Amino acid sequence: MTTVLKRLATICTASALLSAPAAAGEIWISNEKDDTLSVIDTETLEVTRTIEVGERPRGITFSKDHKVLYICASDSDTVQVMDPGTGEILHELPSGEDPEQFVLHPDNRHLYIANEDDAITTVVDTETRQVVAQIDVGIEPEGMAVSPDGTIAITTSETTNMAHWIDTETQTLFANTLVDSRPRHAEFVKDGTELWVSSEIGGTITVFDVETQTEKAKIGFDVANMHPDRVQPVGFEFTAGDTHAFVALGPSNHVAVVNAETYEVEDYILVGRRVWHMDFNADRSRVFTTNGVSGDVTVIDVASRKPVKTIKVGRFPWGAAFRPTE
Amino acid sequence: MWRHAIKAGAAVLCLTVALPLRAETRADIAHLIVAQPAPPVLSNLDPDPADLGAAGAALGVEDTTTTGRFLGHSYSLDTRRVAVGDDAVAAAREVLAETRLLLIAAPAETLTAIADLPEAQGALLFNVGAPDMALRGEDCRANLLHTLPSLAMRSDALVQFLVRKRWDKVVMIAGSHPRDRAFAAALERSLTKFGLTLAARKDWVFDADMRRNAAQEVPLFTQDFGDHDVLLIADETEDFGRYVLYNTWLPRPVAGSEGLRPVAWAPVVEQWGAAQLQGRFEDHAGRKMQSEDYAAWAAVRAIGEGVTRTGTADPDSLRAHMLSDAFDLGGFKGRPLTFRAWNGQLRQPIPLVHPRALAAIAPLEGFLHQRTELDTLGLDAPESGCAGFAR
Repeated sequence: MTTVLKRLATICTASALLSAPAAAGEIWISNEKDDTLSVIDTETLEVTRTIEVGERPRGITFSKDHKVLYICASDSDTVQVMDPGTGEILHELPSGEDPEQFVLHPDNRHLYIANEDDAITTVVDTETRQVVAQIDVGIEPEGMAVSPDGTIAITTSETTNMAHWIDTETQTLFANTLVDSRPRHAEFVKDGTELWVSSEIGGTITVFDVETQTEKAKIGFDVANMHPDRVQPVGFEFTAGDTHAFVALGPSNHVAVVNAETYEVEDYILVGRRVWHMDFNADRSRVFTTNGVSGDVTVIDVASRKPVKTIKVGRFPWGAAFRPTE
Repeated sequence: MWRHAIKAGAAVLCLTVALPLRAETRADIAHLIVAQPAPPVLSNLDPDPADLGAAGAALGVEDTTTTGRFLGHSYSLDTRRVAVGDDAVAAAREVLAETRLLLIAAPAETLTAIADLPEAQGALLFNVGAPDMALRGEDCRANLLHTLPSLAMRSDALVQFLVRKRWDKVVMIAGSHPRDRAFAAALERSLTKFGLTLAARKDWVFDADMRRNAAQEVPLFTQDFGDHDVLLIADETEDFGRYVLYNTWLPRPVAGSEGLRPVAWAPVVEQWGAAQLQGRFEDHAGRKMQSEDYAAWAAVRAIGEGVTRTGTADPDSLRAHMLSDAFDLGGFKGRPLTFRAWNGQLRQPIPLVHPRALAAIAPLEGFLHQRTELDTLGLDAPESGCAGFAR
């Protein structure tokens, strides 16, 4: 165990050092209706590879050392583990039925998986490839997050409209907090002191104080010439230092830039149709959004907050994950 | 298990709470299903399922109970059936003595009679079966909400599609059942509303069996329509419409009760997370979800949303919450669903479907409204004629 940890620590340090020059990298995109992944070079902004995977790939995430990629193959009812270098599937993990989204625990070992059809969160040990726990949550679990210290996992449930707080020690719920309709995505920020949860139909992001699990702020959106019904916050990610959040607003076809200190929306950026999730490149100077309906990825320059390129990928791009390549 | 219980007719289903309780709130919901005489139809291909509507309500309770167990809220469903010829109003009186939250699938005149009962005052009723415009207009009631779309919402949705496609030469065949007549009238109203005119209308008068004669009769019947872009069918009892497709004199699309249909729900709705609801329903009921199931599901979910947000099952508090800006319901149609404050109709997008796919969803792009585009469908505040809804 200790040797494993030591090895991990070495790898992490090594990769952190390597990625410091902040150059080459790839954004991996899951194409939900094509059963493929598109790999985009973050420098050339071209698709360099298209890789076939299991049915209906949605959530994707790399191990902390970027040595393997985990893929929720929702309709294959499995999590596939891929060698991102070769694109080969190494093995599959038991995932429970219809895995949609997941998050990797900071221990780099346990995956917390939302089983959308089953109202369950499944915890899988990626080393033993065994299910460690299954936790009953609300209907249509979707958004997943783990606190940076690893003590709390979050599942949001779309029809129950809650964030479920899981004690990762006991794998049991210790709080259930209501949010607005159809919560989609959750992230811990500011060293785990805040939890942000987006509500697609409610049209808001709820900010929780993690210590008390109470609502601290609610962020609304107002896109010019767009009825509020169409402004549907889904995925979001934070810039370096958690100063700003980029929030995908679904069928309004815009990404909002939210000041994470004041909770004010500073900008709206036009992207492709039904923008869904996103990830940043190595130095977080660019963000790549998946646009489900238009089947493309918009590249946004973070400093100028302007879209710089649209890249065609597969049908219904869903998830996005970055990996450094040198 | 659920289905057996419902078929038994009057089983009270109560799901217990497994997690730490807060303030215990209990919402007892009843679903009154009044059987209506089914007119004879030419084909027996698609009989109505025995649990039509009931299965939707049961799934709604299941969905809502999952939320409730995290909050200490519990829900029960009591499904009561009234046979053809039995006294539906008396049955309603009995149910209202036990619960104040009632879903009703019944003809319009039965609905208003129930809503006017002394026992129904202070109760909250949901129309989950009658599409009549008058119920959203001059016959509206303050204690009656509607989760099934009105005929006007459906016909407006279809005519928006015709306008978008520039199919402006429109003809129609209407059946003779009162439901056919009502839908035909709604279609004509919508054509006028969106600036189209009906070039010709013919009434379906055949009494021969069209399974043998359609190929011979329908071309002749449609020959004298003259040129047109689209043929509308008003055949809400699904009697003759299915035999018109591909048998018309001119090769033209068919829409209305057949062909491209404006509906509350259909098995082909799959976007906006709808695949999840479809999957849950099919697991639960062993068949596909239909419009009446959706209306009953939405009514229970609206109650659940109200109880979840207000922490009470008191009908007046729930009604006030449902009509307020704080209410919205995730209905798997891509937009939040809300209730119209002037007549209690649930605002909702209307899918335009054929048996294999969703062709479009109304409101269509370009149909604007100062409040919400959803209000381009159905009776708007100034025209509804509903005076008795506001309290």
